[in-house]
Order: sequence, then structure tokens, then C-alpha cells
Amino acid sequence: MRGYFLFAAKRFLQLAVVVFAGTSAAFLVAHFSPISPVETIIGRVSGQSSFSPTAVESLRATLTELFGYDQPLWQQYLNFWGRFIQGDLGPSLIAFPTPAMELVMRALPWTVGLLTVAIVISWILGNLLGGLAGYFQDNRILKSIGVVAIGIQPIPYYIIAFLLVILFGYVWPVMPISGGFAMSVRPAWSVDFVLSVLWHSLLPAFSLVVAGIGTWFFGMRALVSNIVTEDYVTYADLAGVDRRTVVGGYVMRNALVPQLTALAMALGGIFSGTIITEQVFNYPGLGSLLIRAVNGGDSGLVLAVSCVAVIAVASAIFIIDLLHPLLDPRVRVG
Amino acid sequence: MLTTFRDLFRYNIEFRIGIVLVAIVTVFAGLSWFSPYPPEMIYVVVPDQPPSAEYWFGTNSRGQDLFWNLTFAFRNTLGFGLLVALLSRIISITVGMTAGYLGGWTDRALMFVNDIFVALPIFPILILFYFVLRNDLDMVTLAIIMACLGWPFDARLIRSVALGLRHREFTRQAIFAGMNPARIMFQEHLPFVMPIVFSTAMANMIWSIGFEVTLGVLGFTNLNIPTIGTTLYWANNHSALVVGTWWWIIIPVVLIVIAFLGLFLLAVSMNEHIDPRSRLRRMGTGV
Amino acid sequence: MSDPILTVEGLKAYYRVGQFGKNLDIRAVDDVTMQIERGEIYGIAGESSSGKTSLIKVLAAAIRPPLQVIDGSVRYDFGGRIIDPTKASKAELAEIRWKHLSYIMQGSMSVLNPVRRIEQTFRDFAQRPLGLSGAAFRARVEEHLDHLKLPTSVLRSYPHELSGGMRQRVTIGLATVCRPEFMIADEPTTALDVVVQKEVLSLLRTVQQEMGASIIFVTHDMSVHANMTDRIGIVYAGRLVEEGPTRTLFTQPKHPYTAHLVASLPMIGDTRPRPALEGRPPSLADPPKGCRFHPRCPMATEICSREVPPLESVGDRHRSACWHADEVRPLVEPAFDKAAGGVRA
Repeated sequence: MRGYFLFAAKRFLQLAVVVFAGTSAAFLVAHFSPISPVETIIGRVSGQSSFSPTAVESLRATLTELFGYDQPLWQQYLNFWGRFIQGDLGPSLIAFPTPAMELVMRALPWTVGLLTVAIVISWILGNLLGGLAGYFQDNRILKSIGVVAIGIQPIPYYIIAFLLVILFGYVWPVMPISGGFAMSVRPAWSVDFVLSVLWHSLLPAFSLVVAGIGTWFFGMRALVSNIVTEDYVTYADLAGVDRRTVVGGYVMRNALVPQLTALAMALGGIFSGTIITEQVFNYPGLGSLLIRAVNGGDSGLVLAVSCVAVIAVASAIFIIDLLHPLLDPRVRVG
Repeated sequence: MLTTFRDLFRYNIEFRIGIVLVAIVTVFAGLSWFSPYPPEMIYVVVPDQPPSAEYWFGTNSRGQDLFWNLTFAFRNTLGFGLLVALLSRIISITVGMTAGYLGGWTDRALMFVNDIFVALPIFPILILFYFVLRNDLDMVTLAIIMACLGWPFDARLIRSVALGLRHREFTRQAIFAGMNPARIMFQEHLPFVMPIVFSTAMANMIWSIGFEVTLGVLGFTNLNIPTIGTTLYWANNHSALVVGTWWWIIIPVVLIVIAFLGLFLLAVSMNEHIDPRSRLRRMGTGV
Repeated sequence: MSDPILTVEGLKAYYRVGQFGKNLDIRAVDDVTMQIERGEIYGIAGESSSGKTSLIKVLAAAIRPPLQVIDGSVRYDFGGRIIDPTKASKAELAEIRWKHLSYIMQGSMSVLNPVRRIEQTFRDFAQRPLGLSGAAFRARVEEHLDHLKLPTSVLRSYPHELSGGMRQRVTIGLATVCRPEFMIADEPTTALDVVVQKEVLSLLRTVQQEMGASIIFVTHDMSVHANMTDRIGIVYAGRLVEEGPTRTLFTQPKHPYTAHLVASLPMIGDTRPRPALEGRPPSLADPPKGCRFHPRCPMATEICSREVPPLESVGDRHRSACWHADEVRPLVEPAFDKAAGGVRA
């Protein structure tokens, strides 16, 4: 048990460093943005009605103080951390004066939900099929699945999502291709709403599953075709151990350990894929928000989304890492 | 190394298909040097013409001959992928071999940094860079940024190979013979690491080109440079599918999938070649 | 002595490798005939890649492509239940495995599933053949381990938590818990250090004597053979070249290859240089004509390179396949009595 705590502590340290480094980098990059949020707001406000030059000047002063741009960089950096810990990253521009963090928190559950479902499905399905394909190497069906997967694997997220939109939006319009839920239902914990959310998440989730499943399939197939030559599998076969036990408890079970590590390592990339998928399906998650923020020149919001993304991905990796020793008894020692 | 390629070409169907596909797009990209139109010119031909004998891939709504325009797009995109692969190879070989060969604290420190890079969601960071640099984000800058983000997976793989080499007899002999670590690493060990460097380079190209396309589609790169991403951006911008200029989308998509498939097959077949156990199985059952 | 538990006749098993359009036969087991009696420990000796591993693969019904049985028969007699593992169906084989026929494998480090506790492995292997469930099964396993003087706490351990010797003892426990009549032990002690090796061997011997089981004991280590086996079969290049009681083989070898193997044993107080065998074992894909040992044999004559010597009786339960069996003399003083006291000091 002590070993496990040590292991968890080490992983937690890593999580902290990742979050610190990631958010600091995001702060710095955003800081050097040539787009000044102050000028953007002024431009937007003064575009709507005429202002006297003195009014513009005082608005500029107020906004500069509000964003803290009058202070030196290190002071701004410290302020950033002080506010960040309280979950406050200033107002957004695209929905001024709604706080950027509020927009992010509204979008976060959509992305987390979509990603969790898509990752769980593609990981389980990909590993199962890949494992079977590695064990039953002469099975025709599994071989042809492999050929199909080779064809799909290199297609980027964007194109898969786009093809689905064309297919189900124009050619055979039976599925919703835009939004997180139907316009006609009110967001509340009702059956209608939940069903609508699920119905709308189907295509985006499907495109993520299609794009992601190949990685797991090939990884697992390669792992399994190596594991079947391990002594403990040969020995279990010689002992007449039940076939299902050998496939499940010996072959697949041992291949799952590296596949779990691979999942942790792939999360960042999968998150990147979601951004584009959300954009294509106009899904109300973090990705769509990020793109809106960039197009609206909203540096505070871009910063907020980036920071939350770094934290979310790092935390997910942390959780998966904590599962690792449960799957592999050898990790528990140290 | 050359015999490896020859063997692969002779006996591995995936490798052969991969080579052919990559060759197709490479030759296509090479045609850009013979283009009658400079890539940035618009409205040089009649817009919105479907593929015909005169315009093989049709023309787009911006009055460009899609065939010649795409040759530039592929030259830029492939060149970009190659540059990222090259730069990130330098980082991953250096980090991976140093960590694997020296071991101990160096190894632990490097792998700690490595894991941090693995955990970073790259896309928001790229978007952040675009946000700051805007149209200054040209292909080379983007390639350098991507290379700095795209090495950790491969560094880890290379490290595991280098770790195995450290305990081999010839390494000990080299140490006793007084070779310095850098020479041992690059003269004695590099040849063993090369196959994995090549296979990960292919995977890395798929990865970086995928990001380039994605960024381009969203309009988050310099839109005046023709790449696959910006081609698709302009097609979307002119609602190509709604207007009915389908060739503007379908043709680049098919070509990029050919490129991806080719690179992917090369990576897969080389991987298989590297792992002797799967090769043995192939010999045994693949009669 | 006419109640064999295992009868092998004219067995041929080749690796059929088709690579890059060429077909290649590797004759790993070529025309082997032998019998193993109830309750005896039969040793198989030979250099690495002499075909001994392929032979026991066939005997253990672990034939996987590219290994194929080309000809001959294998016949087990488990108390009247006759079975040929080269022809039996998977279901039939599943019924005899572990219940009648068990196996101790080379490389104790990797034969136990690293992610399963020992108890779970025992369940996987022995629950079905024993036909016990739950507490009764556990009680039986604990009783068995107790008997082998193994702590029952190993059941709760994972393989990586045990030492190499302990792991091999657990494997022996695993192979004997169903009290099979026949066991195949493939280099069971090769990876262990000498002290542990001795303990593991004596454990195996004790269990074997109690159960009255037969064992095929494969190792290249002649000193282990001297200590463990009742009879030995010498395998060279896929063929059985000599077979006889262990003592006879050590004192009066009737094949020049056996004479060399015996002579290669180190003995205390003996400082004479040993006659080394020239050359390498032949390729099994293209073995020499005639006697396969003739290119390396100091006694070879013209007939040896032309005709295959038959395996013929040269004494009591003693067979040899050599044209010059009568002329073979031990290369060193017969020192078996010393050997029996512990060749390996």
C-alpha cells in the first residue's frame, strides 16, 4: 500500500508540473498577442454609437485597469495565478461582460461527455477486435476488419466528420448534424432533453470513434500477436486451460497494461481531434468555444480554454495512471 | 539499411503499396515546378469548371486551375511534413539516445520532461500561437513549433531501443576501447536506431500534416499559401458542396488520403520489420 | 517390464517452412522409436537444436505449425485409456491434459502469468481436471503445497514476488497437484543456481516416487541425468542414437557421441585434458547422408557416410545406432560411482 501512495504522489507531482508549465506557457503566449482586448472592446462599443474622445479615453483607462495591463509583466503573471486559483480569468469579449470562466464551464461538460463516451467505446471495441484479430490470425472476418481499419486509420478527424455530415446531412438526412440538442426542447433534466442530447451526440461521437478505433485495433493486434508466443500462454495451452480463460485472462489481460498507458499518452491528441469534430458538428463544447474565441479576437477566453484544456487532459491522464497499478501488479512495488 | 529497404520492397506487399502511393503524391507535388500559373494568382481561368480535358481537376470559384493549384498545395504540405519530421527527429534522437545510453538521473529527468510534453494538448497551444502570430505564422514557423511539440513519443521509443543496446557486448568493448559516449551513441548505436527513426518519421508526418490540414481548414494559418488545409478552407468558404463544385473538395481529400495511406503503410510495414517476432510469425504461418 | 505407458514408433516430425517461395523441411524428429515404462524417469540428452525440444513438443501434443507430424505414432496408455496425441481431437486432449499428462517447462521465470495470483493460476490449471470447487479445491491445493513443504502463503502472491527457485517449485506443485501418471520436464532446472537446482531436483524426485509417475526428463546437462534418471536416450540431429540404463550408458557407452558426452563431464580430482568434439551439429534442413554423426566421428569409416545405422540391441535394454558399436570404449575411466555421489560437487 505504501508503494502505491509513493507512486500516486509521484504522479501527482507530475500533474502539478504539467498544469503549471502548460498554463504559464499559455499565459505568456497570450500576453504577447498583438490584439489588445482593450482596443477591441473600444472598437466594438464605439462602433455602435458615437462617443466623445474623452469618454473613449476614460473607458480605455477603466478597461486597462480592469485587465491589469498597466502593471509590469511579473505582477500580471502573479495576478493571473491569484485569479486563476479562484477560477476567475476576467470577462470574455465575445459575450462581454460574461466571465470567460463561466463560458468555459458551460462548454466543458459537453466536451467531457462526448469525449468520455467516444473514448470508452473506441478503446473497448478497438482492443476487443484487435485482440481477437491478434489471437485468431487466420479468421477471415477479423482479417477483413484489419484491412478496413488500415484504410480508415490515416483519414484525419476532420474528413471523417465532414463525410458524416455530407452523408447524414445531405445525402440521407436522418440525423441531426448540428448543435448539442434540438431547438424545440428546453435544457432541463427531462427525458426529452436527455434523449435529444444523446441523439445529437451520436454523429460526433461516431466520428470520434471511427477516427480513434484504428489506433487501438492495431496496437492491440500487434501486442497480442507477441503475447501469444510468451511462455505463460504456451504453458496454459499445454495444461489444457479453457480457451476463453487463455484469451481473456492470459492474452488480452496482459496486453491491456500497455494499452492503458497508450490511452493516457493519446488523450492530448484525442482532445485535439475533438476540437475540429465539434466545429464541424457545431457542438457546444470547448472546441467550438475556442474557435469562436479566436475568431472574435478574445484573448482572455482563448487563455481560459487553453488552461482548462491543459488541466482537464492532465487530470484525465493522472486518473488513468492511478488505474495502472490495479491492472499491473508489478507496478505496485515501486 | 539499404538491404532492409530492398527486402521490404521485395517481400512486403504493404511496403510496396505504400511506396507507390507516396511516389504518386511526390511526383504530383513535383509537377508544381512546371505550373503555368503562379500559385497566388486568382481569376486566371474561368471559375467553377468541372473536370475536363482542359482542366483535369476542374477549376475553383477563385478562378484557379485546381490541378496546378493542388500541385503547389502538395508541395507545401509535404515539404512541411518533411521539415517537421526532420526537426523533430533531431530532438527525439538526441533525447532518446542520451536518456537510453546515460540512464540514471539524466534518463529520469529527460523522461519527466518527455511526459510533460506528452500530456500537453497540442491543438489549443497551436491555436494560441496562431492567435499571437496571425499571418506571420508561415509554414516554417509552424514547422518549428510542431517539431518542438512532436518529439516525445518517438524519443521514448528510441530510448527503449538505446536502453537495450547499452547492455550489449559491443558497447562494453567500445567503452573499454576508450570511445567517448557521443561517438558510441552516434557511430555504434545510431544504425540500430535508424529503422525505428524511419518508421516514426512516417507516423510523425501523418501527425503533423493532419494538424496542418486541421488548422488550415479552420482558417488558422496564412491563407495565401496554398496547402491542402487552405485549399479546403477556401472550398468551404465558397460553400463548394452547396454550390455543386464538389471536385474542389473531393479531389484534395482523395489525394490527401492517398498520401496518408501511403505513409501509414510504410510506417506499419517498417514496424513489422523491426519486430522480429512478428516477422517469424509471418514466416511460420504465411505459407 | 512390458507395461509401457508411452510407446513411440517411427515418429517423424518436420518443420515445414515456406518462405519467399522456397519450401524447406527441417527434420527435427526423424524416425524415433522408444518406450517408457510406468514409474521410470527417462532422460533425453543432446545438444541444443538436436531436436529434443521438438520431440517433446510432439509428445506433449503441442504441435503447432510449422511443426508437423509426418509419420509414425505415439501411444499413451493411461490405465487402459489409450490415446495418440498426434491424432486425438482437441476435446480428447483437453481431457487428458494435466489429469494424466502434465508438463514442467523450461524457463521458470516466464511460465506463470504475471498478472494473476498463484492461486488463480492453480484454479485455471487444475480446477477442471480435479473436479473440485471453491473451498474443497483450495483445501486440496493447500494440502498438496504443504506436502511439498511450500508455504501456502505463495497462493496469495504474484509470480514477480517469488524467487526463481520458489517459482520453479510452485511450477512443480502446479504440475503435480492433479497427480498425473506422466510428466514431461523440459530443462526444469537450467536457469537455476546449483544449490536451488539440487533442491528442486530432489523435490521432483520425491513427488515422482510417491505418485509412481513416469517422467521424461530433458536436459543437456549430463550430471543432472546421472543424478535423476533411470534410463537415458541420446538424441543427435533428430535421431535417437543410443538408449540404455543410465549406469550402463555412463560406464559402457556404445555410441561414440555418447562417449564424448560422458567424457565432457567434469570430475573432482581429474585434471586430464578432455577430448573435445570437432565441428558443429549438422543442419537439420540438410543432414549428412548415412550416420548423421559421421562428419564429426573419430571412428567413421566408409559405410558410415553411406548407410544409416539401425538402432539395435547391444545389451540388456541397451540399444545403439552405430556401425562400430562393438569398438566404442569409454573415453575416460568409468567413474559413475563417483558421479552418483554427486558429479557436480
